[in-house]
Amino acid sequence: MSLIEVLSFTFVQRALLAGILIAAIAAILGIFLVLRRLSLIGDGLAHITFGSVAVVLLAGISPFYVTISALPLVMLASLAIFKLTSSKKIHGDAAIGILSSAGIAAGIVLASLSGGYNVDLFSYLFGNILTVNQTEIMLSLIIFAAVLCYVLFFYHDLFAVTFDEELARSMGIKTKKLNILLFLLTAIAAVLTMKIAGIMMVSAMLILPPLTALQLSISFRKTIIASVIFSTLSVIFGIIASFLLNLPAGGTIVILNILFLLIIFGVKKILPALR
Amino acid sequence: MPVNIIRTENLTFCYNGIEVLQDISFNVRQGDYLGVAGPNGSGKSTLIKNILGILEPRQGNIYLFGQPLSAFRQWSKIGYLPQRLASLHSHFPGTVREIVQLGVDRKGDSREIKRMLQLMDIEHLSSRLIGELSYGEQQRAMLARALASKPELLIFDEPTTALDPQTRENFYSIAQELNRQQGTTVILITHDTGVIGNYARYLLYLDKKIVFSGTFENFCSSPEMAGFFGPVSQHIICHQHDRRNI
Repeated sequence: MSLIEVLSFTFVQRALLAGILIAAIAAILGIFLVLRRLSLIGDGLAHITFGSVAVVLLAGISPFYVTISALPLVMLASLAIFKLTSSKKIHGDAAIGILSSAGIAAGIVLASLSGGYNVDLFSYLFGNILTVNQTEIMLSLIIFAAVLCYVLFFYHDLFAVTFDEELARSMGIKTKKLNILLFLLTAIAAVLTMKIAGIMMVSAMLILPPLTALQLSISFRKTIIASVIFSTLSVIFGIIASFLLNLPAGGTIVILNILFLLIIFGVKKILPALR
Repeated sequence: MPVNIIRTENLTFCYNGIEVLQDISFNVRQGDYLGVAGPNGSGKSTLIKNILGILEPRQGNIYLFGQPLSAFRQWSKIGYLPQRLASLHSHFPGTVREIVQLGVDRKGDSREIKRMLQLMDIEHLSSRLIGELSYGEQQRAMLARALASKPELLIFDEPTTALDPQTRENFYSIAQELNRQQGTTVILITHDTGVIGNYARYLLYLDKKIVFSGTFENFCSSPEMAGFFGPVSQHIICHQHDRRNI
């Protein structure tokens, strides 16, 4: 089957469109999370998404609406993480760990209650971008627009908060408002990423492209753009490769992201030696 | 009559139930050069973080430029240089130019940024990442950021720790020049009372509460302060102050 034939399938076009949007969302938000040492929030929210999907499936909601139905619970959990991390009584990583364990534990117990290990629930562990539906594409488009507005409108403030939160507060920036928005958008990104890469790989999509871009040692604005490029390229090539080589899309996308990171890391090490 | 730039009334701050600041009341007037001194853990940085809204006091009132802190919005009037950045990631992808631009405004005035880079002698570093620079170069970039908004109030929280003597002298000279020539109000926080003796006109000595507040002349003639510091230390501080201000 040729590449042209692959691209002529409607479900492949849908997968590419949704994949590019979700990859861009994760790559943009990931920059702020990685630089603020909140990388693990993706992992925590992914586990909470697992519990939320279990609740949704147990409630008998059609799998067609699972993504949207799981959103409110994951967003609430992200606010709980925000509250716990900003209270300073619990360290951020510990707070994420608590809710992460709660999410996965709830998922397993609910799956068991629903009559054994539910096939639908476990299909979310690994994701399948090729089954993306119209509603999810629309949701991705809306969230992509929201993330873009968030970054463009608050760019100066976000840069300051990411650089140093205390300094940002001394400049009169409302850091709490920005942080709440970041946590909520990350929660939505986690649920959407679950669809393309699976719950197990949400944090990879939030961490790997920003980490690769950071190796380039370029300005903040260019780092965000580079992160989006790496992320979208991994999704485009990942989807096509998975279709042509009959591989799981989620795993292929993440492996490509790791390859990009290793290549950039290697080039960065070798180039100075050659000069 | 000089305007009160800062006024605190009965300010108290607690951390984990322990009072770090107790009943702090003082004024800073326009054009003042105030030195805030005290031993480690005396609450100097905590006081500044309360004034800047970074920390929330348990009780008391804070006024900036005559307005209650909660209503204050003109933050570009304040240039703050922290002791060290609390959370700077070593791979942080911000260039020196981007950092200085933070101090200008949301659009960024490129002429003002260039002027600040030249003033701090870091124009050649403008496209380097802040995390790649030495501590001294980072502090110069941070000072350029603090000065970029042409602030009416400059707050330095131990800005010269680990800087070489020449750079340190340069820092204080810039602050003194701004204070004397443009009437910029300066607050310098340091545990080194000798440095304050060199530059500041007023001294606020803290040890969780105010131990001394007043001019250097009052400080030098105070037998209580001689008892607190020891007469030799008091004499050295006063001698440095007199020598600088002849």
